[in-house]
Amino acid sequence: MNTSIIKEFAAIVGNDNVMASETDRHAYSYDAAVLDSVLPALVVRPENSEALGQTVKLCNEHGLPLTVRGAGTNLSGGTIPHPGGVVVLTNGLNRILEINAEDMYAVVEPGVVTAKFAAAVASHGLFYPPDPGSQAVSTLGGNVAENAGGLRGLKYGVTKDYVMGIDFWDVGGNLIKTGSRTVKCVSGYNLAGLMVASEGTLGVFDKIILKIIPPPKAARSMMAVFASMQAASETVAAIIAAKIVPATLEIMDNFTIRTVENFRHAGLPKDAAALLLIEVDGHPAQVADEAALVEQICKQHGASELKVARDAAERDAVWQARRDALPALAKLRPTCVLEDATVPRSKIPAMIKALDDISRKYQLTIGTFGHAGDGNLHPTILTDRRNEQEWQRVEKAIDEIFNRALELGGTLSGEHGIGLAKAKYMVLETNRGTLDYCRRMKSVLDPKGILNPGKIIG
Amino acid sequence: MADLHQLAQMFRELDDQLVSCMRCGMCQAVCPVFAQTGRETDVTRGKLALLDGLAREMLTDAAGVNDKLNRCLLCGTCQANCPSGVRIMDIFLKARAIMTGYFGLSRTKKAIFRGMLVNPRLFNALTGLGATFQGLFTKKVDDMLGSSCARFTAPLVADRHFKTLAATPLHKLVPELDTPAGASGIRVAFFTGCVIDKIFPQVGQAALEVLARQGVGVFLPAQQACCGIPALSSGDQATFDKLVAMNVQWFTASEFDYLLTSCATCTSTIKELWPRMFKGDPALGAAIKELAGKTMDISQFLVDVLGVKEAPATGCGKVTYHDPCHLKNGLGITAQPRTLIKASGCAYTEMREAGSCCGCGGSFNVAHYELSKKIGSRKAQNIMESGADILATSCPACMLHITDMLSQKKAGIAVKHVIELYADSMKNQE
Repeated sequence: MNTSIIKEFAAIVGNDNVMASETDRHAYSYDAAVLDSVLPALVVRPENSEALGQTVKLCNEHGLPLTVRGAGTNLSGGTIPHPGGVVVLTNGLNRILEINAEDMYAVVEPGVVTAKFAAAVASHGLFYPPDPGSQAVSTLGGNVAENAGGLRGLKYGVTKDYVMGIDFWDVGGNLIKTGSRTVKCVSGYNLAGLMVASEGTLGVFDKIILKIIPPPKAARSMMAVFASMQAASETVAAIIAAKIVPATLEIMDNFTIRTVENFRHAGLPKDAAALLLIEVDGHPAQVADEAALVEQICKQHGASELKVARDAAERDAVWQARRDALPALAKLRPTCVLEDATVPRSKIPAMIKALDDISRKYQLTIGTFGHAGDGNLHPTILTDRRNEQEWQRVEKAIDEIFNRALELGGTLSGEHGIGLAKAKYMVLETNRGTLDYCRRMKSVLDPKGILNPGKIIG
Repeated sequence: MADLHQLAQMFRELDDQLVSCMRCGMCQAVCPVFAQTGRETDVTRGKLALLDGLAREMLTDAAGVNDKLNRCLLCGTCQANCPSGVRIMDIFLKARAIMTGYFGLSRTKKAIFRGMLVNPRLFNALTGLGATFQGLFTKKVDDMLGSSCARFTAPLVADRHFKTLAATPLHKLVPELDTPAGASGIRVAFFTGCVIDKIFPQVGQAALEVLARQGVGVFLPAQQACCGIPALSSGDQATFDKLVAMNVQWFTASEFDYLLTSCATCTSTIKELWPRMFKGDPALGAAIKELAGKTMDISQFLVDVLGVKEAPATGCGKVTYHDPCHLKNGLGITAQPRTLIKASGCAYTEMREAGSCCGCGGSFNVAHYELSKKIGSRKAQNIMESGADILATSCPACMLHITDMLSQKKAGIAVKHVIELYADSMKNQE
């Protein structure tokens, strides 16, 4: 990039916050997706709202592609920059501006780390439920831009259910105000809703107003072992049919169970076909009732073993098994492709069967775990990207996973986003007209096409 | 100097280890350097990506990568928390060796490592001279901590509040020992380590006193060399190999059950790095492995082997504990030092972030003092907020840096090794 443009950026964000060296640029050329890296031309780190707005405006004036990056944990390539583009870091914008316990909302800058925010909210005796797997490092701006989910989706919803409003910069450097600090708000278009899951393609977040709620007073966790995936899935359906909505309802397949057990030696049954990890929460009396009912349902559906956590340590042991799933799988092979195809929860047995077939057909190792309560599975393909032949089979398998999920009435992505990785499949889930509508909208809002080009709609 | 392509070839040998990083970025949550700067090149994922970039010849600025690579404390927190189990410390140490092979060692480091460290007698003589004359250049700033600062403006010293060299190092106080197993029926070898020998001899004395009182026989060879970590972390493989070989020769001269150290860094170097990183005489392999297997931190020995138990508080003041990275991250030793503090009759209070790095990192502290100070300042703040009168830890390098930080903040908190507390309590019981 020519030095006069670099100087213009430096005038806005300060010399220390402009990175142009090869090493710095290389370090922002990738995210957590298994995709090729793309070297940006410049990396800038605004430290206040005004500098952020001016940065966006300057990029637009020079027609420079702009990719906003929080912690770079994206699993679909949404934070991989465009060739010759500018990466705009949000970790200099990491202030929690307000936590209002009376009206139960908070206002944050986009670079606040999810877990730190949740802890700050908890210190006010309140609760922010979305808990994506990367919450220890992920940012709220990224969570909103991807509509991140987590383990509590079934009962508490996902990030979009907590977004009350967003102030964002348009490409002209105008601050656009959307939503409000009130529970109800019907003033104008729901632009905040449009921003959720927009993956940085429509505007650059300046501030986010988030809903916070009272925490549950009690919780109880349990682990149920099943001899077939079918029995486990029927149990999930029966729990919901009994009008119980667990806070978390997770499933692990046999391969994942064996891998976790080999990793932790916590005494998981290696021969079990499926494991359900369940937590109910709420008022203590309700928790006691629901836990008893869930226990009964599990037994009725042939659970061969049922462990109810009696204290915090046992509860932790139950969830350790789930937390171990990805790390244990990831250690088996050099490359780990984590997908998040999602189906209506009644179709989980069919999807698990499809994954078995795909794994056999392409001779690949696939471990599956995920959020059974909301149909969001994480088929995890274990491979070595350096092995070209195997990698070609992986790519075919991924195609087929998406096809099968869509055939079952599902969606390409439950929580990881479309980004670069799944843009080519969008037409399969929607149709040509839908994509044209999105592209027309974007072309008006972002005439030069600088906002995270190539993502979602190609 | 080899060409860039050759350098890439060398980094390609790390490919099997580099490829296991899935770029999840979870290291951002735990890296003490990243916590201060927020820069991707300062966190492990970024550094691994840079090494990968060099190996694949996507990068041309090898010097730039080397600079970033050295902005690391080698604290191992990332490795201890890495979801895909990447052997990060191995990669970083090997990468530093490759870089040093390519760029050469700085003149200062060459003089220190190859001129002095490999020559323990000279090292002792020079530091002995230093101890005699250091008063000319330094002045005391905190009597309780025993810290000093520069009398005149000195760029390398900056505004540090450092510990001066001890008037009499341990190897003068106790030149050698060879005592038989006593009541315990156990005999150990004691590896002193440079910082304890030359700056904190009282820590070594305390350890030897405790061992004597516990009826443990001690073999302290008349000659000991540095464990090798300063050389290895600067990529000086040749010096590391020499130091390991010398130590192996001296420590295999007698029989013993355990090799004890009261330096967290020496413990982890001998136990983890000697077997994995030694590239010298293959004939020494078996002896190195045996020594590594016998190596143990002093508090781990007292608690796990001798069964020292917590005792009721008798009033040595309120103590908080800082976990040295080299005990916690690689070896998982966190409980035993705390047990030893409680066994000393001290009231114990846990500080916030006890397990986070103090920011010292050996030569990191020399090259990146401002960053080191920022990280250490947060540690000092947590120590002060704990309400403790004494900060105890298990590593003399942490003691040095924390002394500097607490002294600069005029905290009025003493810095001790856990073995000093235990030795005091044994004396008081008489």
